[in-house]
Amino acid sequence: MSDLSDLYQDVILDHYKRPRNRGHLDDTDHQADGQNPLCGDHVTVFVKVKDDRVEEIRFAGSGCAISTASASLMTETVKGKTLDEAKAFFRKFHDMVTGSQEVDHGDGLGKLEVFSGVCQYPVRVKCATLAWHTLDAALENREEPVSTE
Amino acid sequence: MSLITPTTARVEASVTDEAFDAEELRRDFPALQQSIGDEPLVYLDNAATTQKPSSVIDAIGRFYREDNANIHRGVHQLSIRATDGYESARLKAARFIGASRPEEIIFVRGATEAINLVAQTFGRVHIGTGDEVLISHMEHHANIVPWQILCEQTGARLCVAPINDRGELILEEFERMLGPRTRLLSIGHVSNALGTINPMERIIALAHERGIPVLVDGAQAVPHMKVNVQALDADFYTFSGHKAFGPTGIGVLYGKHDLLQKLPPYQGGGDMIASVTFEKTTYNAVPHKFEAGTPHIAGAIGLAAALDYMDAVGMERIAQYESELLAYATHALLSIPQVHLVGTARNKAGVLSFTIEGVHPHDAATILDQQGVAVRAGHHCAQPVMQRFNVPATIRASLAFYNTTEEIDALVRGIQKVIEVFN
Ligand SMILES: Cc1ncc(COP(=O)(O)O)c(C=O)c1O
Repeated sequence: MSDLSDLYQDVILDHYKRPRNRGHLDDTDHQADGQNPLCGDHVTVFVKVKDDRVEEIRFAGSGCAISTASASLMTETVKGKTLDEAKAFFRKFHDMVTGSQEVDHGDGLGKLEVFSGVCQYPVRVKCATLAWHTLDAALENREEPVSTE
Repeated sequence: MSLITPTTARVEASVTDEAFDAEELRRDFPALQQSIGDEPLVYLDNAATTQKPSSVIDAIGRFYREDNANIHRGVHQLSIRATDGYESARLKAARFIGASRPEEIIFVRGATEAINLVAQTFGRVHIGTGDEVLISHMEHHANIVPWQILCEQTGARLCVAPINDRGELILEEFERMLGPRTRLLSIGHVSNALGTINPMERIIALAHERGIPVLVDGAQAVPHMKVNVQALDADFYTFSGHKAFGPTGIGVLYGKHDLLQKLPPYQGGGDMIASVTFEKTTYNAVPHKFEAGTPHIAGAIGLAAALDYMDAVGMERIAQYESELLAYATHALLSIPQVHLVGTARNKAGVLSFTIEGVHPHDAATILDQQGVAVRAGHHCAQPVMQRFNVPATIRASLAFYNTTEEIDALVRGIQKVIEVFN
């Protein structure tokens, strides 16, 4: 059994207690809701896109430390990135937390690597990916709320 | 089949004076003998399912090794033994909950199937457009959704009796909701999310005064207290084997004999018929009419072993011990300032639903798990209860008679660790 600190790293706890980019964005072109019915976590992601880049991003909602910190770190990561770059982050992040790929420290996930321990907790993978799935839906303008179930 | 003569003076009467030895009883449960990482397993998820004593595991093994055959139609020895084991289990279950005859026991998959069965047989016959089904605000989804389905099919209305801030049914309001159109009251004996023990006798009497039949969901009651369906005067009563130290996939629906006789069958198939031609089929007698197809024979036999086990320990002693353990645990949790109990009914079974300030229940459960403490976090299949108390989820520690005060201490240490991590 892995050590607690593998999952609840300081960076995660910090982003849970002091989430970055939390709040609403008015008149955004991209917005989506996501929920994890199992935990009762829910998140709304607001994105402003300009010239194919994430100009501004916020999230609202409530959830566990893993889902909140993931949303917070996600907003920091994708802000200013092109849409293709954002999607590439999602793919890599997803592979890392589902354990389908060993993280290679050079592959540019940066701070997001604090979530690498999640792959040992299969029931928590949904918490870590909720915000990302929701961002994806927002960028694709999907109307249906995202559900991890 | 014969009427059951009440078996007088069980062992329990003579042993009540003896101290209850949970440590000793634990040894009968192989799954409790393990460690999670470096920590001994502290299993506090008994409301979800209980662990099984060796006698249950052995009974199932023995059946498959020695007696396995299909029941009722065979003339060979194995079939006779299998039929005997299955029907003895029915008799055992009838005695255990105080039914007046074994035909009143229908084997089902569990409480969920039992409630669906009542909804689709009793409900389809007796509940129509404009009629009402009354439940309470503390029900498990298993006692909500089957009624919503029925209401959709029939145009009936689902009414919900409110609960107070302690998580108790508000009796005056409840009484007022027993109206002229109420055709059935379906209510939990003990709440799985809050631990509330409902005053069942009183509730049933109030319903019967108005001629309203009552289905009791006893999934959380039967494993923890002495239940007598005749003393309660319940019309239907159900419980799940797996929450009562028995196997999964088997449960009991009790129904009063005359009520059952008048009901249409639930599913069609083998065993539930007396004769079949393409023109006309006549149904078998109660309870077989409700048991289409090959039932879970091994499950019934395992359940009987579980009921034997509980009988040997004694339900009164179990209830007494668990109530002392609950008092100990409640006191211990309340001594942690960041902990808030959800569900503080004055009459309560061994369920501790709580939240920890600043910590999401799922994070708490993960950290507790790393210390070997198995609890549940979530809505416990009772989302309306969560909404009532305005929490997205709770952490739930639920007790069985094999839990000890040392395990409660481990839970408390675990919670302190959770608070430390999140501080
Ligand atoms: C009060 C109550 N009713 C019904 C059920 C459903 O039981 P089962 O899933 O065994 O059918 C449960 C199980 O959690 C329960 O706690």
